[in-house]
Amino acid sequence: MADLNVKLWRGDENGGELVDYTIEAQEGEVVLDVVHRIQASQAPDLAVRWNCKAGKCGSCSAEINGKPSLMCMTRTSVFEPGETITITPMKTFPIIRDLVTDVSFNFKMLKKVPALKPKAREADGTYRMFQEDIERGQEFRKCIECFLCQNVCHVIRDHEENKTNYAGPRLFIRYADLEMHPLDTNDRLSLLQDKMGLGMCNITKCCTEVCPEHIHITDNAIIPLKERVVGDRYDPLVWLGKKIFRKSKTKVTVTE
Amino acid sequence: MTTTNTNSDNNSITAVEIGKPRGGPNVKTLRKDKWWLQPLFTSIGLGLFVIYGIWAAFRNGNYFAGAMGRNYLSPFYSPCVTHGCQYTTVPIVGSWYNISPAIIILIFPMGFRMSCYYYRKAYYRSFWFSPPACAVSEPHKKYSGESKFPLILNNIHRYFWYAAVVFGVVLTIDAVNAFRFPNNQIGMGLGTVVLVINAVLIWLYTLSCHSCRHLTGGKLNLFSKAPIRLWFWKKVSKINPHHQLFAWLSLIWIAFTDFYVYMVASNMIHDPRFF
Repeated sequence: MADLNVKLWRGDENGGELVDYTIEAQEGEVVLDVVHRIQASQAPDLAVRWNCKAGKCGSCSAEINGKPSLMCMTRTSVFEPGETITITPMKTFPIIRDLVTDVSFNFKMLKKVPALKPKAREADGTYRMFQEDIERGQEFRKCIECFLCQNVCHVIRDHEENKTNYAGPRLFIRYADLEMHPLDTNDRLSLLQDKMGLGMCNITKCCTEVCPEHIHITDNAIIPLKERVVGDRYDPLVWLGKKIFRKSKTKVTVTE
Repeated sequence: MTTTNTNSDNNSITAVEIGKPRGGPNVKTLRKDKWWLQPLFTSIGLGLFVIYGIWAAFRNGNYFAGAMGRNYLSPFYSPCVTHGCQYTTVPIVGSWYNISPAIIILIFPMGFRMSCYYYRKAYYRSFWFSPPACAVSEPHKKYSGESKFPLILNNIHRYFWYAAVVFGVVLTIDAVNAFRFPNNQIGMGLGTVVLVINAVLIWLYTLSCHSCRHLTGGKLNLFSKAPIRLWFWKKVSKINPHHQLFAWLSLIWIAFTDFYVYMVASNMIHDPRFF
């Protein structure tokens, strides 16, 4: 088979460059296979994070020809013969070395999510939930934490200063999962709007486009959260209804 | 009762560090595909509609085809609420108002579309380049999204949705009226078909709206206690993924409907009658 021309980002926090590699193409390969063969034959010191090679661990996230993708789920057959494949690390996160980035930002933001606080158990000491009440959240739990959605989100990709007060799409689906939970008693809407930057998302849907699990992040998580915030603080009809019918919040507002 | 609670466990979290070096070349994008096509087509499409809309709104004539024996009212002028209308739906505004009645009406559908979750994506990408496409750098130095004025006003989308429901009813009445012909006859012309399709597309666009999805049931956590709302929510959720398609189809068709009525009303074409 013909040769593959690959450009790989090589470097660390002190700088780096795109380095050319040429390697024989093999049938049925994915980009991660090619990177491994380059590592085995030409660049033994190449740093690359990977684990399952099955699109389920979310470790091998990178940018392939500028598109945030999993290397293990991108077939080399999708490229034109003779086309150069450029592989770079995720742009939004600090570089560690070569294709490996420091994604700790996401875990720090995850720690800030107020946990599930279930209501009291029923008289027989159990919790009861119905399928229709929990199935929305099941979609969100398909997340493999590849952080491609966080990487592509322009709010922090192009404006790093927003990282201090922006949770990002991966965390928004976590918030949505908890907010829609039938047993939960925490109210995270003020936290989301005031400190987690829900209002900064301008719903351009790039997170949904790159999600390898095809989670409808924008339509099923972010927009429903935005609508809940609207009902909570921007909708005078809802406010009036609460006043007239003396409805009070059943949830406890968590601000931090 | 509303109470405030703080999660003290989170106070020990290490602060997010920014400013560390990133990997990859410092270029706008490494994408090789034609990522610019989508924002280009979107801006051309929306731009053409805006130009047509301005012409149609200020035309102030030939928006009702009654003189040609057809009960067709342009959706740009419906409901016609001024005394000076060629076909007055509800005479709310007095004869002192002498500019185009379309100006009063179009505020509502325009507001509905401007604050629509799909159109927001479309114009943020195509006109504001924020971002122009995924993984393509945007040109702005600062960004606050929809957290500050004026973009925070997009949160009033659901009010325009309430108005859009009223417009849906009005355009449905117009479509039914299009079956009425002179001398109390019931009939159907090509314009009747055009107006019926227009009403159907407007309803599909209105009912597939994300705010509609929230109001019908999305706001609930316990669907099991609201089976009727769950039924409605499931129906809306079926059409909601096609909201973008309905947004474009209804936009194009409403302009076409206006132009068709204009051509019939101004005797540029003869509207064929099927029965």
